[in-house]
Amino acid sequence: MKPTALPPFQLVFDAHAAAVLAFLTGAVGSVEAEDCFQETMLSALRAYPRLGDASNLRGWLFTIARRKAIDAHRARARRPAPVADPDPGATLDEHAQVDDGLWDQVRSLPLKQRKAVVLRFAGDRSYPDIAAAMSTTQDSARQSVHEGLKKLRKELR
Amino acid sequence: MTVEATVQERFLKRAEASGLIDVAVTSMDSPIGTLLLMATPRGLVRIAFEDENRDEVLGEVAEQLSPRILELPRRLDPVRRELDRYFAGRLRDFEVPIDWSLTGNFARKVLRRTARIPYGSVASYGDVAVGVGTPRGARAVGNALGSNPIPVVVPCHRVVRTGGAIGGYGGGLPRKQWLLALEAG
Repeated sequence: MKPTALPPFQLVFDAHAAAVLAFLTGAVGSVEAEDCFQETMLSALRAYPRLGDASNLRGWLFTIARRKAIDAHRARARRPAPVADPDPGATLDEHAQVDDGLWDQVRSLPLKQRKAVVLRFAGDRSYPDIAAAMSTTQDSARQSVHEGLKKLRKELR
Repeated sequence: MTVEATVQERFLKRAEASGLIDVAVTSMDSPIGTLLLMATPRGLVRIAFEDENRDEVLGEVAEQLSPRILELPRRLDPVRRELDRYFAGRLRDFEVPIDWSLTGNFARKVLRRTARIPYGSVASYGDVAVGVGTPRGARAVGNALGSNPIPVVVPCHRVVRTGGAIGGYGGGLPRKQWLLALEAG
């Protein structure tokens, strides 16, 4: 079977840029989000013609974005700590203010739960979307989010 | 839902500076309908009339040249300026660089020859066939002109039938007539 043809990158950008930026804002904070976003999109554009399969472009972009977010966290870890960190005070519901400590916890979740939680809360994706991005069922996506949140609640307590 | 224009603009700037925009695209209004314009760093590569399906045209270029296609109107500013002046009757010869990547060898020869037909005059399919050294290839010439990826700027509308009949046009006969009338002044 012929692989799905790659659409013009402009269409990819139009369809997914907002979700990628939202994800990065959650993952690294609003100050660094745009830098990470630009790095993500440039990396994606650079690699795009060699991408064999266009069937999950959103998942591919989120994979790059996640790597850039991790790079940003590492770079920050090497910098001196700021004088005062904002008070975490995080409660985890859908409208929680995210902070970096929370996202460190999110990153320590098992892969499936992490992916599901990030897509749900940082990417603001619907369950059908999450299921598609993770090549799984909606039930299983819900389950992963549920378990991820349960684990986070326990660890943040 | 998309990102702020400033965020997209910064992305385009960096992408262009890194040489990552293989094909820039924009559209412009014209007396013969909206034109879709595309350029590589080497030059103008494609013009499509509005009755061609935009997504299909973009998809073909993505497949044949590169999927690194982004909306970058400024790369097409020189083309747009020349086309505006042409449609206003104030430009006879286009000077923007052309990228012939979308044409095969024979078609390229035919189109280069066609580009030398002076403004306001016409040549027959047979004339062009002779011009490219295949005197009996009038039909092949017609096919090559019909697949001209850069109409208007590469003036395939100036090729008509021997005896004065207008012949065919990829963009439809009314456009060919309009362009010939424009050039007749």
